[in-house]
Amino acid sequence: MYELIGLSGPQIVFYIFSSMLVISALMVITVRNPVRAALFLVLAFFSASAIWLLLEAEFLAITLVLVYVGAVMVLFLFVVMMLDINMVPLQEGFTRYLPLGLAIAVIIVFELSLVLGPENFGLEKFAAPAAHTADYSNTKAIGSILYTDYVYPFEVAAVILLVAIIAAIALTFRRRVGTKTQKPEEQVAVRREDRVRLVKMKAEKR
Amino acid sequence: MKFLGKYLNSLFLFELLKGLRLTGHYFFGKKFTVFYPEEKTPQSHRFRGLHALRRYPNGEERCIACKLCEAVCPALAITIDSAQREDGTRRTTRYDIDLTKCIYCGFCEEACPVDAIVETREFEYHGEQRGDLLMTKEKLLAHGDKCEKDLASDRSRDASYR
Amino acid sequence: MFELILTIWQDAIALLPDVLQPFAAIISKIVVILMPLIICVAFLTLAERKIIGYMQVRIGPNRVGPRGLLQPFADTFKLMFKEIIIPSNSNKFLFVGAPLITFAPAVAAWAVIPFDEGMALSNINAGLLYVLAITSIGVYGVIIAGWASNSKYAFLGAMRSSAQIVSYEIAMGFALVGVLIASGSLNMHEIVVAQKGSVLNWFALPLFPLFMVYFISGVAETNRAPFDVAEGESEIVAGFHVEYSGMAFAVFFLAEYANMILISALAAIMFLGGWYSPLAGLGVVSDTLFALPYIGWAFDSGFHWLFFKIAFFLLMFLWFRATFPRYRYDQIMRLGWKVFIPITIVWLLVAGVMVLAEIPPWFDKGGLS
Repeated sequence: MYELIGLSGPQIVFYIFSSMLVISALMVITVRNPVRAALFLVLAFFSASAIWLLLEAEFLAITLVLVYVGAVMVLFLFVVMMLDINMVPLQEGFTRYLPLGLAIAVIIVFELSLVLGPENFGLEKFAAPAAHTADYSNTKAIGSILYTDYVYPFEVAAVILLVAIIAAIALTFRRRVGTKTQKPEEQVAVRREDRVRLVKMKAEKR
Repeated sequence: MKFLGKYLNSLFLFELLKGLRLTGHYFFGKKFTVFYPEEKTPQSHRFRGLHALRRYPNGEERCIACKLCEAVCPALAITIDSAQREDGTRRTTRYDIDLTKCIYCGFCEEACPVDAIVETREFEYHGEQRGDLLMTKEKLLAHGDKCEKDLASDRSRDASYR
Repeated sequence: MFELILTIWQDAIALLPDVLQPFAAIISKIVVILMPLIICVAFLTLAERKIIGYMQVRIGPNRVGPRGLLQPFADTFKLMFKEIIIPSNSNKFLFVGAPLITFAPAVAAWAVIPFDEGMALSNINAGLLYVLAITSIGVYGVIIAGWASNSKYAFLGAMRSSAQIVSYEIAMGFALVGVLIASGSLNMHEIVVAQKGSVLNWFALPLFPLFMVYFISGVAETNRAPFDVAEGESEIVAGFHVEYSGMAFAVFFLAEYANMILISALAAIMFLGGWYSPLAGLGVVSDTLFALPYIGWAFDSGFHWLFFKIAFFLLMFLWFRATFPRYRYDQIMRLGWKVFIPITIVWLLVAGVMVLAEIPPWFDKGGLS
C-alpha cells in the first residue's frame, strides 16, 4: 500500500507531523489573537513531540508534552487570556520599520544557511539511526548517561535552576507594610474557644 | 505542646475523618424520603396554593372590585378592570392573576374586605399552553365553585384566630 | 468461554487483508476497553446520586427502571435531544472542540493501564510519564471552554481551573516520583509486579504520605468537590461550562467521571498493588483459600481486584463530595504549594533512604537494578 506513493509508513507520519509543525509555527506568529497563537504553539509542541517519538526518543517526547504543554503553556494561557490586547496600535509604523526588519531577517537567514547548510548537516553526513529492539528504553539510556558521563553538567544545571527559583521568589517577594491579607494557616487553626466567649449574665430588672 | 497538637491534628486530617464518619453514619441511617405521588405530607389548612374567587351562598360573586388586592400585590400579578352592572353594583369585568408572577404571599387574601379572593390548598397544577397560567375571572370563579366546601371549612377552622 | 471468544476474534481478524489486520486488532482492543468504561461512567453518575442521596438521608433517583437503575439512560436521552446553544460572539470551533479536548485525554490514558498480568492495550516503557503527560492535557478543554464561551463566569472558572491544576500537578508528579523510586521503573506493569505479594507488599504502606497526597491531588485534578472551584455553582454559576447545553455539556460530564475512574485506577495500580489480591502471598492460608473451587478464583489475584480497588477509590470521591464544603481559592493554593509539596519532598528523601537500606518487605527485591 505504501509503495504506491513511494514513502514508508514512518515517512508518511513524519511528513504529516512536520508539515503540521511548520504550519502551526507559522500560525503562532501570524495569527491576530494571542490566545489562538498560544494554542497554535501547543499544537506545534505536540507535533514536535510526535516527531521525537518517531526517533524513538519517547522520554523527551513525553517530557515535552508534560512540561511545555501541561505546565508552561497553561501558565502562558493564564496570562495571555487576561490581556485585552488591541492589535491596531501595535501595528503602527509597520511600513517604517519594514526595510530594517527585512535586512535583519535576510542576514539571519544567510548566517543560518552558512551554519546549517548541507556541507555540515547534509543527509550523507548522518546515517539514519538504527532501529532499536522492543525492550530498548530511551528513559534508561538517558538516565545512565546523565548520571555518569554528564553528572557534573547536570548538577550544575540543577544548581542554576535552584538559584533561578530562589531569585524569582526573592525578586517578587515584597513585604509591604500596611496591607491586610488573610493568613489561611491561622484561619484554619482557629477554634471556637478563640473567637467566641460565652458570657453568663443575670437578667436585669426592668 | 498545644501548637504541636494542632499541627498533628491537621496533618493527620482528624477533623476530616470525623466528618467522613458522620456522613458514613447517615449513609446507613433511616431515609426520610416521601414517595410523593403515592405518599403525601400532611397539609395545613392555611396552605397557600392556587387562587380562587368565592361566591355567596346565593350564587352572587363576592368581589366588589375595590382593587385592594391589586394595590397590595407585591409582585403586581393582579390586574382588575371594573364597571357598573345593570343592577347598579360595581363588579369586575376583568380579574386576572398571572401565576408566573405570583409569589403566593397571601396578601390579596388578607386585604380582601369580603373574602372574595382566596388561596386554595390546590398546588398540583401546571400549564401546557401559553395562557394556561394566566387565571382569568372565569377560571378563578370556576375553581372557587369547585373548592367552595373545603374553602368554607378551612375558613371556619381559622376564624377564631382572626 | 474466554478462549472461545479469543479464537473467534483471532479468526475474524485473520479474514481481513494483511494491511488492515493490525488496525483491526488494535481497534477491537480499544472497543473492549472503552465500552465497559463508558458504561461504568454512566452508572457512576447514578452511583454518585444514589450514594450522596443516602448520605443526605434521602434515596436518590428511584423512578426510572427498578430502583432507578435506568436513570443514566434517561439522562443520556434527554441530553442528546437538547439543543446545543452556541453563544453569540463565541469562538465556534473552539467552543465545540473544548469538550472533546477534555474527554479525549481521559480516555487516551487508558491505553497503558494494565488490567491483569499481560492485559494492557500497550505495555510501553514510559507508561507513567505518558499518563502524566496525557492527563495534564485535560486542563486545556476547561481553559478553552472558558475562553471560547465569551462569558465572564466561564472565564473565571477557566482561570481558577488552570491555576489549580498547574499547582496540583507538581504535588501529584512528586508523589509519583516516590513510586518510581520504590519500583525502579516507569512501566506500569513493572510497577504492579514490584508490589507482588499480600497487602503488606503494597506501596501504600511505605509511601503512605505520598499515597494520600496523590489521591487528594487527584481529587483536585479532576475538579471534584471539595476542590471544585472551577465549577463553583454558588459563586460563578457553573464555571467553565455555564454556556454549554445538550450533548456538549454531557461530554464534559462524561470526561469528569472518566477522569475520576482514571485517577482511581492509577491510585490502585501505583499504591494498592493493581490486580494483586490482598490475600495473595500469605503462604499456607492463601494456598488453601485459592485452591477452593469458584470461591478460590474470587480470592485469587485477577482484574476483579483492580476493579474492587477502583470502586473503593470512587466511593471515596463520592464520600468526599457528600462530606466536605468547598475550599476557598487561597486555601487550595496554600494546600498545594505549602503543604503537599513539602510533604512529598520530605517523603521522597525517606523513600530514597528506605530503598538504599533495602527495607523488607518492599525494597529487598533489588528494585534499583
